[in-house]
Amino acid sequence: MRLLLRKLASLLTSAVIASFVVFAFLAVLPGDPAEVALGTNATPDAVAALRHEFGTDRPLVTQYLDWAQGLLHGDFGTSYVTHDLIGPRITDRFGVTCWLALGGMLVAVLLALPAGVLAAAWHRKAAGALLSALSQAGIAIPAFLAGILLVYVFAVRAGALPAGGYTPLAEDPGEWARHLVLPCLSLGLVQGAVLTRYVRSAVLTVLHQDFLRTARAKGRRRRAALWRHGLPNAAVPVLTVLGLQLSTLLVGAVVVERVFVVPGLGDLLLQGVADRDLLLVQGVVIVLVVAVLVVNVVTDLLYHLLDPRLRSR
Amino acid sequence: MRHRATLTAGGALVVLVLAAALLSLVWTPYDPMHVDAAHRLAAPGGGHLLGTDQFGRDVASRLMTGARTTVFVGVVAVGFAVFLGVPAGIAAGMSDGALGALVMRVGDFLLAFPALLLAIMLAAVYGTSTLTAMTAIGIASAPGFARVSRAATLRVMAAEYIDAARLARRSRTAIAWRHVLPNIRDVVIVQVSVAFATAVLAEAALSYLGLGTPPPTPSWGRMLLDSQELLFSEPELCLWPGLAVAAAVLGLNLFGDGLRDRFDPTLEGVR
Repeated sequence: MRLLLRKLASLLTSAVIASFVVFAFLAVLPGDPAEVALGTNATPDAVAALRHEFGTDRPLVTQYLDWAQGLLHGDFGTSYVTHDLIGPRITDRFGVTCWLALGGMLVAVLLALPAGVLAAAWHRKAAGALLSALSQAGIAIPAFLAGILLVYVFAVRAGALPAGGYTPLAEDPGEWARHLVLPCLSLGLVQGAVLTRYVRSAVLTVLHQDFLRTARAKGRRRRAALWRHGLPNAAVPVLTVLGLQLSTLLVGAVVVERVFVVPGLGDLLLQGVADRDLLLVQGVVIVLVVAVLVVNVVTDLLYHLLDPRLRSR
Repeated sequence: MRHRATLTAGGALVVLVLAAALLSLVWTPYDPMHVDAAHRLAAPGGGHLLGTDQFGRDVASRLMTGARTTVFVGVVAVGFAVFLGVPAGIAAGMSDGALGALVMRVGDFLLAFPALLLAIMLAAVYGTSTLTAMTAIGIASAPGFARVSRAATLRVMAAEYIDAARLARRSRTAIAWRHVLPNIRDVVIVQVSVAFATAVLAEAALSYLGLGTPPPTPSWGRMLLDSQELLFSEPELCLWPGLAVAAAVLGLNLFGDGLRDRFDPTLEGVR
């Protein structure tokens, strides 16, 4: 319980610092949004009026407090460029990116658990070496490249799956799933390759532990000993990596969304950069950063829950 | 024994990329930016080893120049990360308590800002350039260096020769420079290899998103973006830059693994 409170406090501090960093970062921008919006022929009076409307004539501290206060209510402000509310645009897109990240995670786990355990169990055999080599090669392929290759194989050659686009789940679940398969695969295959190596090394470490030898000495078969005693112990370090990977996947989705033209947060973020819509960029970045922070804290808590040795601390 | 093969294979790939990058400084088969409308999408072989792209530019020449971009971004970004991270890690490892905790907290915090997000923020403010990409990758890689050098420093600080140096009234700076740095060098070198691989991946992703090196300077990520439009008609145009990225990252990873096993043979096979 005390641990939970401490973690929550540290999450809050980090989130506040993060919001401050993001704000400060984008506030140093040389251009003035009002001048940019009106173009070069604007009269100084018009610029001043618009500046007042945007609220950018106020002191930076007030602007920050105003923005941060809005965030707490889910109000991300009104875009200087498109003049609509940013909050709803972000919530619309957030779900899409979450589906991508979770689907990618699912693919990664389904791939890495068997592959990693087998690679460890067979580490003296050719099959184990082959699995290791495959995961090594997988790590070297960036997700967007995997995406392009998958589009080529499954969309261009086989014509079995759409090359891009997105259908909301509520509209048509079948089409939704069809559109998610390739993006999730491209995220998941690469992360799965990384995860395989962690699973392999965690299982290998466990294989050399005394308790496994004891289990074998008690007459358990190798496979039974591994299932009963080995894998639960190997799960703890793997879980930590999994948490880190979920945050990698959230950010990796930004790139993969571009490959498959999926309207997620990444797409919105890049649009914001292209339009120099700073409030939008600010909003999306803070959402992603807080999501990463939350995932990290949850992983940390699970880690403590799963490993009794850490509980006393 | 295994680390020899890993080290050799990884080293060979790294040398190949470096050689292509260096050679491109003095010679490429064609001008990588020369647009030749008469020879658009030429097939590989013939006058052009790997063919030409949709603007008639020589793919092989662009790959070589792209290698230069990759190596340049990697060297500057990783150098920046070493410069930031290693002193911070050593300082954190040598001083017990507040400073160490602070450095680690800042590092953990930075982990919430992956290279890509940093680069996007930098690009939103300063526009897209090679410099913003390098800075973002460098800042994002620094916590890794701080972490490994702090862990290694903590191990070194427990050694008797550090006690001896302290008794000899050596200053902290002298101890850091003379005793700690040489003894954590191996760990830092391995981390350089790892961080370089990450930098290559990040650079490719950024230039693919249009947030890295701006055109017309060739970069592998940009070449992938351009070739994606032609995936239906000219799929092999994606192949070359894709292979280049994968080969560079694979080489660096293998090289790093080989080095790690060589420096610390007890780890062999365990990883």
